[in-house]
Amino acid sequence: MIQVYTSSVIGSSAENIWARIRDFNALPQWHPGIADSRIENGQPSDRVGCIRHFHTGDGGMIRERLLALSDYDYSVTYEILESPMGVDNYVATLKLTPVTDGARCFAEWSAEFDCAPGREAELTRAIGQGVFQAGFDALKRTFG
Amino acid sequence: MQKVTRSTIIDAPIDRVWAILRDFNSHDQWHDVVDASHIEGREQSDQVGCIRSFTLKDGNRIREQLLTLSDREYKSTYCIVEATVPLQRYVATVTLKPVTDGARTFWHWQSTFDTPPGMERELRDMVAQGVYEAGFENLRSHLRQGGDLRGGSQRGDGHAGMPTALPIPTRRVGLRRYGDASVLAGHDAQAPAPAAGEVRIRQRAIGVNFIDIYLRKGWIPSMLLVSDAAPGVLGMEAAGTVIDVGSNARGLLPGDRVAYLGPTPGAYCTVRTVPADWVVRLPPAVEDETAAALLLKGLTADYLLRDLGAVGPGTRLLVHAAAGGVGLLLCSWARRIGAVVVGTVSSEAKARVAREHGCEHVIVTRDYQFAAAVHSACGGADVVVDGLGDAAREENLAALARRGHWISLGQASGMLAPLAPDALIGKSLTFSRPVVFDYIADYAQLTERVGRVWEALANGSIKAPLIERYPLEAAAQAHIRLESRQTIGPLILIA
Repeated sequence: MIQVYTSSVIGSSAENIWARIRDFNALPQWHPGIADSRIENGQPSDRVGCIRHFHTGDGGMIRERLLALSDYDYSVTYEILESPMGVDNYVATLKLTPVTDGARCFAEWSAEFDCAPGREAELTRAIGQGVFQAGFDALKRTFG
Repeated sequence: MQKVTRSTIIDAPIDRVWAILRDFNSHDQWHDVVDASHIEGREQSDQVGCIRSFTLKDGNRIREQLLTLSDREYKSTYCIVEATVPLQRYVATVTLKPVTDGARTFWHWQSTFDTPPGMERELRDMVAQGVYEAGFENLRSHLRQGGDLRGGSQRGDGHAGMPTALPIPTRRVGLRRYGDASVLAGHDAQAPAPAAGEVRIRQRAIGVNFIDIYLRKGWIPSMLLVSDAAPGVLGMEAAGTVIDVGSNARGLLPGDRVAYLGPTPGAYCTVRTVPADWVVRLPPAVEDETAAALLLKGLTADYLLRDLGAVGPGTRLLVHAAAGGVGLLLCSWARRIGAVVVGTVSSEAKARVAREHGCEHVIVTRDYQFAAAVHSACGGADVVVDGLGDAAREENLAALARRGHWISLGQASGMLAPLAPDALIGKSLTFSRPVVFDYIADYAQLTERVGRVWEALANGSIKAPLIERYPLEAAAQAHIRLESRQTIGPLILIA
């Protein structure tokens, strides 16, 4: 089991940032690596169990299922059902925590997965930097 | 039940913060409200179940028991077992998490408790502000003063001291004899632990300057000695992240993004220990590579224009190598000030770049002939910034206007032969031979100049540099390239 953990400090309240990211279908609106997204079977995008079907900027198709959504913890957990990345048992959580001394929040994005031997470092970098950190960087550009 | 949550970001890596907080008996060293504390019995301060007994400065007495200690989750949970303060069923948890994009630490401090009726608000405020928020500030200042780094434990039982800092391997590029670029070669060495007033830096980007080439050629042996036993290491500036600090390190902390510029070469390496007096923190908007490319050159442009050259509106400024690292900065900054900027370059491609950076009159010359062109462009130069050296000597004297100022900054064509004072008398000329380090010898001057450079970058007075990058191990190629006079903009090495 490989674990990836990326965290950052974003210069706005957890409420503000949560409003941006809680919509499971909103990745293209804030993550630079995502081209388009839709929710399968016409489900609401905040219904636990719904599946988002999206494409990355380089054309890769990914399907992910929403496993948990908490407006109390500001956290969203999802699994990959189908992707070109070569990962198995991939479960990721994106979570915000308020920083009480100032209008900023602590953001964590972590994942666990299995992969073919020898690909661990490459996937850790691609997911930790290419997906998670790139997403944080985009939020930091928007929110400071 | 009352619940209090407070959190903050500490500008230090998690391991350093955790080393303090995991010690259940450390709080009287960093928290101002705690007067004296000890661990009961003969137990260690990281023994789950141990009890700390302490007095507060206001005279209250509290006994607390450690319930959970997790080095994996950076978590400590404890409860009050007895207190003169009416906090009932008080259980608190400290949790740290790493901020991975910047080597900082998120610190979460939460508790639940009951109070006698009517005291809810008062006790909530006491815990939230008097203990947690004050604790955040107290720990910050403890870190800033290096309180956790003072050698060993000064007290008896129950205090775990921080491990002693050890040398860290570093890869250096140095030379065993003076010569052409082929003398540069990598070797392994150790970066010593920082002593008082020093910081140790994991370098990411290193600036390449003409002075590196002069040193490599043996033109300034007083600054760089070389031998087989002790290879000389070049490089005056770099940017990276602080690994650790000695005491009195100007408030720098591990994890800080920094850049430095110093009068002793040695920057061509991966890890370096330097005086904190050389080091400045980088603002978030300035990347390591930009800092390494701009620090020495930007500070040079600042003192040349602002102090030595006294360049103002209408000043006729002649910049040689106008498309070089310093040249481009001088052109755009001087133009913003309102100067008349005349530049010399060696090719049409460079002429285009110099023009884009504000050089109004560009003279393309490969044979150091420019005086006539300067006179027809502006009537003579009030200030010449000269990196050409001996081959341009007569032309510089001719290009200067009455009471002009010749600032000799470098010698790309060769060391300037001795200049007779009477060479200046014809037009009441002034001659200067400055070195940047005399303009930043004072730390306040350094930070003031650096601040102006970042400000100039932010407001467009100077443009983001057109950087050429080389791996550290390929420093020889970077030198060959810089000496070829083909480069536009600054060169850096990536460590």
